[in-house]
Amino acid sequence: MTMEMLVASAIAVLTAAGVYLVLRARTFPVVLGLAFLSYAINLFLFAMGRLVINRPPIYDKAAEGYTDPLPQALVLTAIVIAFGMTAFVVVLALRTFLETGADHVDGREDAETGS
Amino acid sequence: MLFLLALLPLIGALAPALAIRWGRNAAAVAAGSTTLAALVVLASLTPGVFAGETVRASVPWIPALGLNASLFLDPLGLMFAGMILGIGLLVIIYARFYLAAADPMGRFFSYLLLFQGAMLGIVLSDNVLLLLIFWELTSLSSFLLIGFWRHSAEARQGARMALFVTGGGGLALIGGLLILGNIAGSYDLTVILQQRDVIQASPLYLPALLLILGGCFTKSAQFPFHFWLPHAMAAPTPVSAYLHSATMVKAGVFMLARLWPVLAGTETWFLIVATTGLATMVFAAWVALFKDDLKGLLAYSTISHLGFLTMLFGLGTPMAALAGVFHIINHATFKAALFLNAGIVDHEAGTRDLKHLGGLFGLMPIAGTLALIAGLSMAGVPPLNGFISKEMMLEEAAHTVWLGQPWVFPVLATMGALLSVAYSLRYIVHVYFGPRRDDYPKSPHDPGLGLWGPPALLTALVVVIGLAPATVAGPLVDRVAGAVTNGASPHVHLALWHGFKPALFMSVVAIAAGALALMMHGRLQRLFEAGRLPPAKALFDAGVAGAAALSRRGVDAVQNGSLQRAMAALIGTAVVLGFAGFLGAGYEPGDRPGVPASAAAVVGWIALVTATVLVVLFHRARYVSLIYIGIVGLIISLAFAHLSAPDLALTQISVEVVTILLMLLALNLLPKTTPAESRPWRRVRDGVVACAAGLGVGGAAWAVMTRPLDSISSYFWDNAYSGGGGTNVVNVILVDFRGFDTFGEIIVLGIAALGIFALLETVGTGASGRRVAAWKPDTVRSPEHHPMMLVVATRLLLPLAVAVGLYIFLRGHNQPGGGFIAGLVVSVAILMQYMASGYSFADQRLRADHHTLIGAGVLTAAATGLGSLLFGAPFLTSAFDYFHLPLIGEIELATAMLFDVGVALTVIGAVMLALAQLSRVAQSAEKAPPPETLEAMDVDPSRTPATPAREAGR
Repeated sequence: MTMEMLVASAIAVLTAAGVYLVLRARTFPVVLGLAFLSYAINLFLFAMGRLVINRPPIYDKAAEGYTDPLPQALVLTAIVIAFGMTAFVVVLALRTFLETGADHVDGREDAETGS
Repeated sequence: MLFLLALLPLIGALAPALAIRWGRNAAAVAAGSTTLAALVVLASLTPGVFAGETVRASVPWIPALGLNASLFLDPLGLMFAGMILGIGLLVIIYARFYLAAADPMGRFFSYLLLFQGAMLGIVLSDNVLLLLIFWELTSLSSFLLIGFWRHSAEARQGARMALFVTGGGGLALIGGLLILGNIAGSYDLTVILQQRDVIQASPLYLPALLLILGGCFTKSAQFPFHFWLPHAMAAPTPVSAYLHSATMVKAGVFMLARLWPVLAGTETWFLIVATTGLATMVFAAWVALFKDDLKGLLAYSTISHLGFLTMLFGLGTPMAALAGVFHIINHATFKAALFLNAGIVDHEAGTRDLKHLGGLFGLMPIAGTLALIAGLSMAGVPPLNGFISKEMMLEEAAHTVWLGQPWVFPVLATMGALLSVAYSLRYIVHVYFGPRRDDYPKSPHDPGLGLWGPPALLTALVVVIGLAPATVAGPLVDRVAGAVTNGASPHVHLALWHGFKPALFMSVVAIAAGALALMMHGRLQRLFEAGRLPPAKALFDAGVAGAAALSRRGVDAVQNGSLQRAMAALIGTAVVLGFAGFLGAGYEPGDRPGVPASAAAVVGWIALVTATVLVVLFHRARYVSLIYIGIVGLIISLAFAHLSAPDLALTQISVEVVTILLMLLALNLLPKTTPAESRPWRRVRDGVVACAAGLGVGGAAWAVMTRPLDSISSYFWDNAYSGGGGTNVVNVILVDFRGFDTFGEIIVLGIAALGIFALLETVGTGASGRRVAAWKPDTVRSPEHHPMMLVVATRLLLPLAVAVGLYIFLRGHNQPGGGFIAGLVVSVAILMQYMASGYSFADQRLRADHHTLIGAGVLTAAATGLGSLLFGAPFLTSAFDYFHLPLIGEIELATAMLFDVGVALTVIGAVMLALAQLSRVAQSAEKAPPPETLEAMDVDPSRTPATPAREAGR
């Protein structure tokens, strides 16, 4: 059992969950799905720098080696941007619900949840 | 100088729009002085051009694409620039007096200058790509000017049609010129124009020619693309005079002249261009004779004369090109004068309908005289300038053999000239002569100098050029013809009298028969009615409607408004393409040795997968799924920590907290459960797509991870400390190497927060306002609204948390941390106050406005970046040094830290803005003040002794 296997399979599971939820008919599961896709994509990007243990990219003359800092820098901003996106989509879903009385992704009114 | 010339009108286009605040005269003066200034610049360049030098100016723009801002001024450009600016100035003066007080004159002059700049750009461009940009700009400004009277449906439709036809032609021209540039190996006109043999021998000559002609013929309204021009007459008359007779419609002819050295001279060129020109000339002249609208008559006459010019350039002989050049000048003078005259008639008599006009000469002697002279010139009567160029045209036509038939060109050219005489005389006779009427809508009299002055100047040119062509126009025509033909044109002495040549007899026949045709106008009219052409506008409208219906059907087939279907199609396509790519190429497993997984890692993996599966299974119970998703986020941050990414771990965990808080707040108002409504087959379908997608992405990750890494990161590693002054390479990349990316990202974050603000700020209005007002809490509320323990604990924690944030920030350059993480930690610290003590309490005490924070953050980051410019270094270069502080010791200060301050401020502002807005909405929904509980541990910190209401602080 290697770390690579674990991470790859985790990415697979997260992606599958994200896609399945994104295809749901209500806004909240779609938001959850987007969050899962963000996790998966961030992990995927991170994995492009390969998996290295105990070699943080902190410069030191005595360091024996280091992991690739570039994907980390990219993923760091990606995490923050993903938060911005999730926040925006959640609020959009909320506003849509308040505006239409339904939280269906197509903005359809329905008696079940309408108020 | 050339750049000044080209940019003056474009920049000056702003002036009238601003000057209109000080009145219409100010706007007109602003527009006029801009044009005058450009004219002065042009005049200062003229002696050089006349002496044979070509003025050039070039700035590299996108050299990799061969796109350079190169301009050049040769005699051809000089002639057109002179017409554009000279007639432009006259039209501006005229328009000042022509437009009604209610018309937005500032806008009008701005559009007019925009057009002027674009048109100048066409005639000055050396680079064909640049030329194309200006070409499209003229189509756009023409669209704006035709539709200037927005309230008129006719104007709007005319504008659309013109844009459609000329814009479509522009697309063809782009294709044609790109092919031409490819053949010649350069996009510079000066290079292209030297490659005649290469271009004409190329197999791509024909496609390039057809596409270029598509652009020229649409712009210059050649049959069968002529139909837009009459509809463009819905524009104010000064625009018709300027764009749709003197300048813009000549852009197509200009292109024919410009590319004449490389494209002309082949049989194909002759057959297409000369035949189209001849057909257009005769056909449009015939239609013009029966147009009752003055501007309609002039529009068709313009089309006819454009055909005249096209035919001359199509003949391919240097002499014909020279005649074409000369007629461009002549046509611009008399036709612009006539358009302005039609405007005067419209302005004074209140109608442009020939059926309601006549006998105006006695009432308007000045306008009548001007119309008489310009009209006779259009008819080609000596001793006016129109006569000379028409004579030259007939002479060329007389020697032209078309498909072995020597009679076709002479006969049809004479026919065109004859009809031209007839409609010119009709304009003069039916407007100004005949019995005076008493049913004019207005009482006509001569207008003021502002209206008749500009056409008078043009008419004076008509006479002067006619009387002394060799002196006035000769030198210019000679040089322009030389430029058009690459020096092959003969030196001709322009004169009224050419001797007894065939052209003279053709002229005499044309004038006599033309006058006769006018007398028989009534009978000819019946002939015209009998052979009426299909109405172009109806055909055009039907075509547009058909295309719209077709594309609507296409869109409906793909997109029925369902997000689910669209997403499934999108993801399904990605999956199919991905697997197709995978199966298409052979796969070989990688051989990079893996990292053995520890027991803890396996446990974490199990937790993550379990939580994910639980979310999918129980996503309908929304609160519960939030707990599970929290577990996923936690495991991922632990994974980052384990896999040598401490910065990511810190970021992920703090983002996780904020995200879950946000979702909880939103969920407060959203339904708490998701109804089960997907049919089983649909769930199976989605599940299959999801599994395939997961397999693909996971497989790709696996494939990459099992292969060796070839990274560019050693550069960052080597330079982070020596160049960026930090040992945390990730942070140095963020604030230094890739600082510009980070700068963009904090802006995106700020925009997202402002978007949230915009969505929530107005939530109290309209339908959503009613829903918020009617909203009832649908979950059980804790009896303790503000648990005392939490209130006290969070208050104690606040300085501590802020100190931690500060610490993380300060060490960020060298140890895991930095602006992003510090910003998130501080946000969480403040959010705790909101949670424990309530919105009003915290909001009251948080002095900093969130918008200000975002703005200050972005500005700080920008200022830091710009600061490096002051020291001559590129944007966002960082500097650092070491300082000694008493007690604390040696510390390092880097400008990158200032940038990081900007990042942190933006993050705090954005997070706080989003969450504070959301809690404000939640608060307003929770309208009933909670009952005063007797719970000992519940305190409302916002409660003041005097006013026990919870809302007191707001």
